[in-house]
Amino acid sequence: MRRSMLFLPGNTPNIIVNGEILGADAVILDLEDAVAPTEKDSARILVRNAIGRMGFGKCEVIVRINSIDTPFWKKDLDEIIPVRPSLIMPPKTGCAEDVRAVDAYITELEAKLGMEKNSVRLIPLIETALGVENAFEIARASGRVAAIFLGGEDLTADLHCKRTKEGNEINYARCRMVCAARAAGVEVYDTPFTDVNDDEGIYVDAQYAKSLGFTGKSAISPRHVQAINEVFSPTQADVDYAYEVMEAIRIGKEQGKGAVALRGKMIDAPIVARAQQTIAMAEELGMGRSEAQ
Amino acid sequence: MSTKLVKTLREAIELSGLKSGMSVSFHHHLRNGDYTLNMVMEEIANLGIRELTLNASSIFDVHAPALEEHIKNGVVRKINTNYMSAGLGRRISEGLMDEPVDFRTHGGRPRDIALGNTPIDVAFIAAPTADPMGNCTGKFGPSACGSLGYAFPDAMYAKQVIVITDNLAPYPLLGWSIPEIYVNYVVEVPAIGNPKGIVSGTTKITRDPVGLVMAQSAVEVIRHSGLLKDGFSFQTGAGGASLAAAKFLMDVMVKEKIQGSFASGGITGYLVDMLNAGCFRSLMDVQCFDLKAVESIRTNPAHQEISAMHYASPAAASAVVDNLDVVILGATEVDTDFNVNVHTDSNGYIMGGSGGHSDTAAGAKLSMIIAPLFRARLPIVTDHVSCISTPGRDIDVLVTQRGIAVNPKNAELKQRLKDAGLNVVDIHELKEIAERITGKPAKLARGGRRVANVIYRDGTQIDEILSVK
Amino acid sequence: MSEIVKRAAAGTLESSDVYVELEPSDAGIEIELDSVVAQQFGDDIRRVVGGVLAEQGVERAKLRVVDRGALDCVIRARVETAIVRAKGE
Repeated sequence: MRRSMLFLPGNTPNIIVNGEILGADAVILDLEDAVAPTEKDSARILVRNAIGRMGFGKCEVIVRINSIDTPFWKKDLDEIIPVRPSLIMPPKTGCAEDVRAVDAYITELEAKLGMEKNSVRLIPLIETALGVENAFEIARASGRVAAIFLGGEDLTADLHCKRTKEGNEINYARCRMVCAARAAGVEVYDTPFTDVNDDEGIYVDAQYAKSLGFTGKSAISPRHVQAINEVFSPTQADVDYAYEVMEAIRIGKEQGKGAVALRGKMIDAPIVARAQQTIAMAEELGMGRSEAQ
Repeated sequence: MSTKLVKTLREAIELSGLKSGMSVSFHHHLRNGDYTLNMVMEEIANLGIRELTLNASSIFDVHAPALEEHIKNGVVRKINTNYMSAGLGRRISEGLMDEPVDFRTHGGRPRDIALGNTPIDVAFIAAPTADPMGNCTGKFGPSACGSLGYAFPDAMYAKQVIVITDNLAPYPLLGWSIPEIYVNYVVEVPAIGNPKGIVSGTTKITRDPVGLVMAQSAVEVIRHSGLLKDGFSFQTGAGGASLAAAKFLMDVMVKEKIQGSFASGGITGYLVDMLNAGCFRSLMDVQCFDLKAVESIRTNPAHQEISAMHYASPAAASAVVDNLDVVILGATEVDTDFNVNVHTDSNGYIMGGSGGHSDTAAGAKLSMIIAPLFRARLPIVTDHVSCISTPGRDIDVLVTQRGIAVNPKNAELKQRLKDAGLNVVDIHELKEIAERITGKPAKLARGGRRVANVIYRDGTQIDEILSVK
Repeated sequence: MSEIVKRAAAGTLESSDVYVELEPSDAGIEIELDSVVAQQFGDDIRRVVGGVLAEQGVERAKLRVVDRGALDCVIRARVETAIVRAKGE
């Protein structure tokens, strides 16, 4: 379950040591924008020690490395791959080739470290106009790609427009990303909402992202995590409906029916798949079926 | 027209009959912006008066350098206070004074003054506005501080009372806090304090992510305590996480349309917001922390000034703290018996005091401590606190960022919170969680001298503070 | 064995961090420790710092460690970084 992902600056011990309790399903330990060029070495060594020796409890760990047009990214991977974070996030991914470059180097490292081949997964960060246009190719560039991630800030700069709270300027990119990810069969995550003090705005923004089909959303402030988790959690009605779907399928099978309907609607394979996802998430969240059912 | 105006502070001190060996008192409403205590003590020292007992409701860093000199020179022999910030606290811990400091609580101080246990010969009351007969208030004037709650026992029980003001108003000053009936002399000075140090412009909630997480948990605890309903009463400190909790609590109360009866204690803009949003019918204000609180107490009749006795004295027929539902408090250490230390820092140096901590903890139905499980590398849960400020029997719950511990004496609350799905953890386990992350701290070496006594609100001594090696 | 060839530093004086300064030395290992938690964790800190030096094969160096309550993993990271920088690679 990955509803919320929280960016944490990679060279800031007092934030990292409490990273796991900030409520996010995943933390993104950042070696890129949050770290000055002169501190890249200390950040990657700190992140490696934090993951390897301290850990982040139930929180999934993602590491954002530096982009492949910098001299840092290979060293980032040298340090980080041995401690096996869940996902590596290469930023400024513009095309499938970018993914394959990272893939190739990780393959080398996996062999060198005696790790299982293709065990390291990727979540490319797409934050350029080129990247958005190539989103589908990026999403299926490598078997390592588990998800793609939209970065709205850099994208708007690239688009020559202003990033606004309403986000009309990234609407096309959001839709395109979701479509690309679903077509490629990977997950897709939304850009952070950037006004740290707007407690209402984050709900609206997260709800909109969910309505478009995003799997979850990232945050740059812990203040946004709860709203994101709430929005991307199934509601009690969702959970009840999922159980009803599974029940209907079970009964249908018992009765040997080929097609099953619930509340006058045909239940097809995608609906069943969604229901299964919802139930799995509900179980993780400790949500049961409501009593009235 | 008669007047109590005296030309100089020196003259007022002489007229009051202050002599060596006597006791003088001060309130702390001007906090770290206070000029009065230093001004008065300097005059006293110049008069050659020595061996005084200083009874100050709190002592701040602004007082530290001068007081240290007065202690060294024998002007001050003994200190009674409720709170001492690190400036002087550190020096006291190093053995500056021959006699131990007596720490009381905001309720215990007026109790002992009223009962004659700590008699005051001359009270010096800094007043942001006063008339020539001594009617005075903190609500107006360039040094406005809002409530003058802590000055009431001094005014009522001291043998002589000198009001010191930098804003003289014509008689009669209406809307007084302390009436002329208690006042012997009035002195006008250029400034009683620096407004910048008296009240903060605004008190802001923390941006510290751990503080925010704890504040969210604190509000969850309150929501599921069974106490959050119409008539609810509440107090919280001015610390970052406590203020954040007030903000989150306001969101819940507004959303669920709950109207509480009162919020009390030190009042911040956040509690004013809650009053104005209809979360409470009134504020019971013993001290204002920021400009918004000062403005509110001046203009809103539902924002009521209360005296220290009314706030917390166990000698009063009743006090506001006795009617509290929930109080949120801080801690530097909590032990596995829920005893709380707010007097000393992790290295044993004095840097605080009870203030209203143990008064509200004793009175409230739900006393909650919010504290991070560790600060930098120091776990806050220990086997034994180095100083008991508030006894564990008065504490119901400890909220940290990695779990909520409920005092076993409150089994019902524990079950409620568990049923609500909150992360309830045994306090011994919290200690282990912390030590797994930080390592196990070695015990502090302590000096052999007693530098302070901690006196509980009922007058009994509950602990002592030893010197630091 | 790793040779410390130049003076180098890593870390900051922020809370929960540690500042480590490393310089060449003719003698063995010399550690000057200044910590806000010296009484509670001084020995642990010295042990961790010494451990990292040994792992990295540093046998001669002078260190100044100014600790602001860093956890072990942070201390390790900062000492490692200082060594990498002091080796001048």
